[in-house]
Amino acid sequence: MKVAMSWFNDFTDISDIEPKQYADALTMSGTMVEGVEALGAELVNVVTGKITEITKHENADSLQVCMLDVGNGEPLQIVTGATNVKVGQIVPVALHGAKLAGGVTIKKGKLRGVVSNGMLCSHEELGITVEDLGYEPEYGILILNPETPIGIDIKEVFGLNENVIEFEITSNRPDCQSVIGLARETAVTFNRPFNLKKPVAEGNSEDVNDFAKVDVMDKEYCPRYCARMVKNVKIGPSPAWMVKRLQASGIRSINNIVDITNYLLLEYGQPMHAFDLRDISGSHIIVRRANDGEKITTLDEVERTLDSSMLVIADEKRAVAVAGVMGALNSEVKEDTTTVLFESANFDGASVRVTAKKLGMRTEASAKYEKGLDANMTLDAVNRACELVEMLGAGEVVGGVIDVHGELSQGRTLDLCPDKINKFLGADISTEFMVDTLRRLDFEVDTDKMTVKAPTYRADIESQADLAEEIVRIYGYNNIESTLMSGNVTTGGKNAKQSFEDLVKKALTSQGMYEIMTYSFTNPNVFDRLFIDKNSPLRNVVTITNPLGEENSIMRTTTVSSMLEILEKNYKQRNAYAPLFEIGKIYIPQDGELLPKESEIVTLGMYGDDVDFYTIKGMVEGLFDIVAAKDYKFVPKKDNTTYHPGRCAEIYFGTNLAGYIGQIHPKISKDYGIDAECYVAELDFSMLFDASNHKQTYKKLPKYPAVSRDIAILVDDSVLSGDIEDIIKRAGGKLLDNVELFDAYKGAQIPQGKKSMAYSATFRADDRTLNEEEITKVMDKILKNLKNNLGAELR
Amino acid sequence: MKEKIENIKSQAMAEIETISDLKLADEFRVKYLGKKGELTSVLRGMGALSPEERPIIGALANKVREQIEESLQNKIEALSAKQQDEKLAAEEIDVTIHGKKPQVGRLHPLSAVLDRIKDIFIGMGFTIAEGPEVELDYYNFEALNIPKNHPARDSQDTFYINENVVLRSQTSPVQVRVMENTKPPIRIIAPGRVYRSDAVDATHSPLFHQIEGLVVDKGITMGDLKGTLEVFVRALYGEEAKVRFRPHHFPFTEPSAEVDVSCFVCNGEGCSVCKGEGWIEILGAGMVHPRVLKNCGIDPEVYSGFAFGLGLERVAMRHYDIDDLRLFFDNDMRFLKQF
Repeated sequence: MKVAMSWFNDFTDISDIEPKQYADALTMSGTMVEGVEALGAELVNVVTGKITEITKHENADSLQVCMLDVGNGEPLQIVTGATNVKVGQIVPVALHGAKLAGGVTIKKGKLRGVVSNGMLCSHEELGITVEDLGYEPEYGILILNPETPIGIDIKEVFGLNENVIEFEITSNRPDCQSVIGLARETAVTFNRPFNLKKPVAEGNSEDVNDFAKVDVMDKEYCPRYCARMVKNVKIGPSPAWMVKRLQASGIRSINNIVDITNYLLLEYGQPMHAFDLRDISGSHIIVRRANDGEKITTLDEVERTLDSSMLVIADEKRAVAVAGVMGALNSEVKEDTTTVLFESANFDGASVRVTAKKLGMRTEASAKYEKGLDANMTLDAVNRACELVEMLGAGEVVGGVIDVHGELSQGRTLDLCPDKINKFLGADISTEFMVDTLRRLDFEVDTDKMTVKAPTYRADIESQADLAEEIVRIYGYNNIESTLMSGNVTTGGKNAKQSFEDLVKKALTSQGMYEIMTYSFTNPNVFDRLFIDKNSPLRNVVTITNPLGEENSIMRTTTVSSMLEILEKNYKQRNAYAPLFEIGKIYIPQDGELLPKESEIVTLGMYGDDVDFYTIKGMVEGLFDIVAAKDYKFVPKKDNTTYHPGRCAEIYFGTNLAGYIGQIHPKISKDYGIDAECYVAELDFSMLFDASNHKQTYKKLPKYPAVSRDIAILVDDSVLSGDIEDIIKRAGGKLLDNVELFDAYKGAQIPQGKKSMAYSATFRADDRTLNEEEITKVMDKILKNLKNNLGAELR
Repeated sequence: MKEKIENIKSQAMAEIETISDLKLADEFRVKYLGKKGELTSVLRGMGALSPEERPIIGALANKVREQIEESLQNKIEALSAKQQDEKLAAEEIDVTIHGKKPQVGRLHPLSAVLDRIKDIFIGMGFTIAEGPEVELDYYNFEALNIPKNHPARDSQDTFYINENVVLRSQTSPVQVRVMENTKPPIRIIAPGRVYRSDAVDATHSPLFHQIEGLVVDKGITMGDLKGTLEVFVRALYGEEAKVRFRPHHFPFTEPSAEVDVSCFVCNGEGCSVCKGEGWIEILGAGMVHPRVLKNCGIDPEVYSGFAFGLGLERVAMRHYDIDDLRLFFDNDMRFLKQF
């Protein structure tokens, strides 16, 4: 909310306070100032002057020489090229050293040989817009109102000697959506008296109740409806001071009656509406729910369709306003309006919010109602409007008020417990300070009973904590001594799984992988793009009802697409090699549960010149080594359609399927714009955690030497190395220390359909040096088993 | 005989000077000192000497042998040293060529900064709590004193799954879950992903990270809130960092504050980074609202607490001087390699 700073002087004198000081102080007492705008700050040394004489320039036909009275008794000579100036006019004069809009500096000098001591200005040169003026001036020098005093700063003429303060009002303080509310905070902040006069507008001897009638059909949505009447209205312009204040707050002046309602919107924070009473059928206001499908054309000339959840102001025939949102075109104040009915009503905030949202029209009024306004304010506001009508001579106020309401809030009464408040704050604030602060904030304090009654407009005050905040924000948050928590000692730290996550990240980064972070929502088309079966459970997803776009509308059930998107981005940036990983969640809907299961998945992805299946598998096995994963195995998987049918494996821990590893199907990587082989591994984090040995113990270093033997065999092409190793391990028993493939060969000298596999086996015993006989025995067993089970031939 | 020995000596000493490599030195040893060497063969003729002469000639021969051996040893050492020098000279390399770096990856910058923040709070006795990202409206809003149609819901544009389920718009629901399940004393931080329907630009993302903090115990004061956050801010930004607590409003804390840290670019003088304010907002905080405690089954008459929340991306952007939020989620290798 923007307010002209000088407006606050109506309620508390702060004329001596600098804007910066004001902004800082209010911010620190709880009313955030977002900015201060000094209107016309760039205009310096421009004054009003009266043209006393005009003569022709001796050297130039297109120039004239003006003599001006700028109020200091010394005639000033200025040369101008403008043609619209006449003797007797009052014009803006930029004196020597003046600064104009856009940083232009004016100096005295000679124009074609004639001395010119400054410049006469157009509105553009002053940075004043047609909107600011409210009319289109003639081309040339800006001719001011003949009544304008001579020799005053031009900023005064246009209300530019003003600082506009922009406040951020928090949702708990609807009372501060008003100049009065902000002025009260201002007065308390600077500890100055606050003067709020009760508005008085007796009106004539007639009674509004004889001319108009109000029925409220829905008291829940309209707790109070006040109305007053003005007759013999003279629609016309508003006085300059009012226009300036409205303008500072970003409201355009329309006419005196509409401006009064807008003035009240700012001053009291009370939205008001003025009806042309002749348009109100039967002079009868009926506050009711709209009919489903009922139409109304609002002041912005848009036809709106209403429904029965919305409250309207109607007459006996039709709706004349959407309650709390906007009036209708059919009853607006016009040039020839003679009788006005002012509405000052209270509407339920939530219902206004919903209505405004449904109609897609958040207005100044609805924004205020939404926050919840005090129904006690409507009567003062309508009286203040009538007071202004009288002040402006805008019409004849009719006596009496229509005031329809149920029970009104009395303000909440609470105990005041200074000890509790001090204990809560960790402070030592005196009871006197507390009482004084609360009183200045308009609370009634009974020091005998130690109770406080909050003002009716402070519905947010409910507990000691609220009172504590009122007190401490004025006392100063920064005056509270900082302490460290006493009491129970707690042992901080990470739990086993959190530490394990750190270990996994360390394992992967230490192998050269880079961590990434991707969005958890994705595009529903990823299942088709990843060739995922139509009936796959992965297609059962959590869907966002109001997504930013289709591409982010479901919570992911696979991380593969997220990884591919990032590989794609890197590929397109021509990064030659991208070894990436993420530990991120997937979201799996659960039957009969409101919330999905959120599982963490470790996803690895890479492409690059030297990257093949064994590169990524090496990373995964390296990870397994570092976290000491037990009992894992890789089983060929030919029918995971996302992957290359010949280059994909399931990863098992024991009998539990924990994930997949492989080359992404080339058609899919191509679809993602990657022309290289793309490798991905996906692994359930919790299963990895469960499969890892978290209590690693030391194994004694061997005392006796190991013996190595090579095992070179010829097997069918289809035989898996994993199976060969399994047989070697089983046959080798506990004497076998380690077995490793060191050569795999197909081609010349190897029969068609066969391959040569060579392993290095290491044997060792803990308690002795193995002799030749023992080793031969175990080697024979290994070879026999390889032959019997796999048809292996020794090479 | 004596003369013969003296001759061998002078001949050997002269010859030793001409030895130019270790092989020649070895030949020299054989020639003079070996079993069939000249000196040995002279000594072999000692039998012909008188018993009086024998010890004298023997002593002389031994002395000469020692002298030759010593000279030869010196020669060999000199030659070895020379050979070593030549070898080293031949092995000279260009030490300005870059080393062979092992391939080591990096954590994402958000992880790296989060690790720092976790460490600071763990040092103060905090544990790390977690909660679901797809969350009940109750935990995300209602239990936090934000009922349906509360105006505060406007400020957070929330993604809805259905009427009762949302993508959490803040990490605060973890507070509620922890309080429901834990007896005080509670000291937790809850880092995690949060979601708001903000279109992507340099400073907005529909997904970002917050770190929530919660302390509940008997006798927790607003002074404790200030003290704890001051320790945190100084640990993160350095001992000189100044902290300012500014009144604000959050539905789930009372009193509430926004916490500013003195601008680390201008030190509070006012610059473009802090928009001339000298302060940069980094945290929201406050004393846990009594109604929130009650909603979680904690008696506000017995216990009090404070809560705070900060945005991880914002801290990381300041920390690394990153000017575009999108970089975090683009995951370009050229970006990731910098941390």
